Amino acid sequence: MSTDPGGLTFLDRPNSYIGRSVPRPNARRLLEGRGVYVDDVAMARLGHVAFLRSPHAHARILSLETGAARAMPGVIAVVTGRELAEVCTPWIGVLGHFKGLRSAPQHALAVDRVTWVGEPFCAVVARSRAEAEDALALIAVEFEPLPAVVDMETALDPGTPAIHPDLGDNLAFERVLDVGDVDAAFRDAACVVEETFRFGRHTGVCLEPRAIMADWAAADGMLTVHHSFQAPHMMQDILAKHLSLPEGAVRVICRDVGGSFGIKVHIYPDEMATCALALMLKRPVKFVADRLESFQSDIHARDHRVTARMAFSAEGDILAVDMDDLTGIGPYSVYPRTSAVEANQVVNLTGGPYRHRHYRARARVVLQNKAPTCQYRAVGHPIATMVAEGLVDLGAARLGLDPFAVRERNVIRDDAYPCAGVSGIKLETLSHQAALAKLKAMMDYEALRAEQAALRERGIHRGIGLAAFIEITNPSAAFYGVGGARISSQDGCTIRLDPQGGIVAAVSVTEQGQGTEAIIAQIVATATGVPIEKVRVISGDTQATPYGGGTWASRGAGIGGEAAWQAGKALRENVVAVAGAILQADPASLDVRGGAVVDAATGTERMPLAELGRIVYFRPDTLPPGVQPEFVATRHYVPKDYPFAFTNGVQASYVEVDPETGFVRLLKHWCVEDCGTVLNPLLVDEQIRGGIVQGIGGALFEHCLYDADGQLLNGSMADYLVPMAGEMPDIAVAHVVSPTASSEIGAKGAGEAGTAGAPAAVVNAINDALRPFGARVARQPVTPEVVLEALGLI
Amino acid sequence: MKAPDFAYARPASLDEALALLAAHGGDAVPLAGGQSLITTLNMRLAAPALLVDLNAIPGLAGISEADGVVRIGAMTRHRDVGTDPLVRERLPLLAAALPHIAHPAIRNRGTIGGSVALADPATEWPACCLAGEATIVVRGPQAERRIAAENFFLGLYTTALEPGEIVTAVEFPVPGPDAVWGFEELSRRHGDYALAGLAATARRGAGGLTGVRLAFFGLADRPVLARAAAAAIEAGDVKGAQGALSGELDPPEDPALRPATRLHLARVILGRVAGRMLDKPAQDGVPHAV
Repeated sequence: MSTDPGGLTFLDRPNSYIGRSVPRPNARRLLEGRGVYVDDVAMARLGHVAFLRSPHAHARILSLETGAARAMPGVIAVVTGRELAEVCTPWIGVLGHFKGLRSAPQHALAVDRVTWVGEPFCAVVARSRAEAEDALALIAVEFEPLPAVVDMETALDPGTPAIHPDLGDNLAFERVLDVGDVDAAFRDAACVVEETFRFGRHTGVCLEPRAIMADWAAADGMLTVHHSFQAPHMMQDILAKHLSLPEGAVRVICRDVGGSFGIKVHIYPDEMATCALALMLKRPVKFVADRLESFQSDIHARDHRVTARMAFSAEGDILAVDMDDLTGIGPYSVYPRTSAVEANQVVNLTGGPYRHRHYRARARVVLQNKAPTCQYRAVGHPIATMVAEGLVDLGAARLGLDPFAVRERNVIRDDAYPCAGVSGIKLETLSHQAALAKLKAMMDYEALRAEQAALRERGIHRGIGLAAFIEITNPSAAFYGVGGARISSQDGCTIRLDPQGGIVAAVSVTEQGQGTEAIIAQIVATATGVPIEKVRVISGDTQATPYGGGTWASRGAGIGGEAAWQAGKALRENVVAVAGAILQADPASLDVRGGAVVDAATGTERMPLAELGRIVYFRPDTLPPGVQPEFVATRHYVPKDYPFAFTNGVQASYVEVDPETGFVRLLKHWCVEDCGTVLNPLLVDEQIRGGIVQGIGGALFEHCLYDADGQLLNGSMADYLVPMAGEMPDIAVAHVVSPTASSEIGAKGAGEAGTAGAPAAVVNAINDALRPFGARVARQPVTPEVVLEALGLI
Repeated sequence: MKAPDFAYARPASLDEALALLAAHGGDAVPLAGGQSLITTLNMRLAAPALLVDLNAIPGLAGISEADGVVRIGAMTRHRDVGTDPLVRERLPLLAAALPHIAHPAIRNRGTIGGSVALADPATEWPACCLAGEATIVVRGPQAERRIAAENFFLGLYTTALEPGEIVTAVEFPVPGPDAVWGFEELSRRHGDYALAGLAATARRGAGGLTGVRLAFFGLADRPVLARAAAAAIEAGDVKGAQGALSGELDPPEDPALRPATRLHLARVILGRVAGRMLDKPAQDGVPHAV
């Protein structure tokens, strides 16, 4: 943790904003409806693109007749996959560090063959979206349906045709990990429990759908892209590569972004096509996904089947875990992050909180003719946590032990760090014991158990579920860069002091509604000594910010925040150096507080920053000889000593199950987590709560339903059930603080903790309630039907 | 998606609206609250050439009582139906159903006439009409027709409405002093379409329930009066009534729910509704949530 000359940490620097629930600077603007999302950006000569999407899960395109569409009113162009491929090169979603990962070249608009329902293969650009859709209806397509690979369980069968014949079969990736002597551990165990867990395919539903507007200004040689996206520099790099433009000819701007959750960090065919169309037509072209398109073409996630077993000693020690994960990822591994990551995370994370030394895991990633899956909030975490925590509860019940006590017994001790988890992950400092203790007190565990028992006597069936978890945050280049992805893991911040003493901070991390800009403003204000009201933050513009990765994988605060802290400190040093020269004082005796240069020892004001700014910018002739003020400072940061900053936490859920209807009522939810330094308690708590709600969505409601032919059956908000406020419980959040020593601010990520643990907590609570019936569920979402089936009532 | 082009008319009288519908035949559709029709247009599931907006026609909305009948104008919004003092006093079943209808924004725009005319089998008002022995009043180019609810709902989105006819009102007989009612609906989230729903009415006397009407929704291609189950309830045999449902309901195939599950849920809510109608000395209070 950073220490000032005066012995102060940054937390207790005078006028520190760290650890305070400072309101988000953009909240008022957004609430007043003054946000600027892609669809709000006005542009002359704008063309609207609509895409013809495959109605088949797998089919050859025999013919495509576009003449009638081209003649429709308002139509600017009709472009087929073959025509677009002349401008936009295809990509393959593989990376070097996932050994053996295979995929096939994917075009922005499918050429000759479509591989999932919703894959775009032809585009119409018109004066309005409605006119483009009118024209779409007149495109005549002749398909030859091909066998569709829908069920991941049979995707690897010898009789199942390979979606991409060149690959030979549908296995995209396989990873096997075998640590210790698993067979011996199971052989000698007093108790072995086994379960097959099924995780429904679901997706992240953003309030603002995917949207992109690209404008090719031939005279400037500049493609300007307004994009609802998390990683503008990555998009710049990929557009330059696949549209054969120099990097400097592409500018990506992400102004307000209405939610992302990992959905908006991938390369989408329709978005690449939109940019290619702007190049081809030499005019701005806009694509805004409608809700049906979103369900059909946004990345999906989960869709895993995990068979796993856990070995226990008679006293309740976890001895070993053995698991087999199968996941279906659609017809292509998604570019550029690949679709192998979720399964890989499941292998890395399962059982991560615990001390067992024997672990075997196999993950197989198979291709299928459904929408592609890729990284969505808490990638792999909810699966890994459910598998381990479900088995822990099964083992506790089998051994007649309290599930809380079994967790207390098995977690890695708080004084054992640094150490490595059983899968080989490096853990700097975690706090499972402290978190469990805090949770136990917070939920009054014993009293809740007593209430549960008393109500059971009256025929009211409530359950308590627990879920301990670890979370990957602050990724270094180990996540993607080492595999060859041009995704920056370092981020930067440039800070400028203006004449009136205000600050402009440009950061490469981005804002999608989670409050990144608020965090950066707090840190910059604290570091520079300028009141937060005078700090303006710029993000989401490849031409105006330092180069960096953007916001994903819970890295905005921990990595972007540290860059801002270092830049702010550097600017403050520059300021006091110049002030010292003017005031004929030792710069080390000066500080900046409340927007003024002060005497560090007494706090006495020596000079307001506005006066310093006046001199530096307008009367530099009066500065002492040899003094050259540099009131701009830039710093970059990337974690170097650990590939990831792991965090930990534990959640609990209290539910009531109606054993006649199978309905589950969520009564209360608790989360204790440790994200290191809590920069803004309000934002962290809301991240946790939002994450829990999305986790509950996967546990109880959300499911992309496909039929046997690969047709998506519920592509609307009426049929795809997102979690809504009315069904959500009160969520209590508390923290344990174990700062990372990798950075001075000590912040780790908090974006995925909620989603990581919520499904396991809820499902375990349901099973706790069902235990007197001898019933249990292991398939998400846990619908009333799933509960009724478990109870044998239908 | 964006709606295809359509023409729009906003007639100021019912006669004018009927004339427009007559002139344009199947190319024209009436627009009431728009909560289903506009979605259908935006999804390009329908492409009518002309929308005939009923919202400017005077006299189509409002609630009144005369001669033992409560008349609800077709353009009365869901919210206004369920919160109207007359409805809450005379037709508490409707007030109980209101909180289950979608969400406030939809209740504020959607109309009872639109709901009845659409005949979505998973919605509340058609079942309430069946349970409450309502009469659907319609106007066509020739004359007014009055159709008993039992003869009105014919199938999936199919009613006895003839082309060119408009629903103008729904009339409910005022229940007698011995009337009891029950309402239960199960949906995944509050406001979702029913997995299983039941609107029930009966008269309660010393010997139990008589005149039992059990209108299930979400359990077939239309709201269904379960007559055999009602007879069993009148005989005091709730279990028998639950058993009879398999012969009376025809739960739809649904990607998210098996028919057997819906049937099970129908039995559960029948048990709960029947239990309340049989046992409780007084009816539940009318809910206040709107």
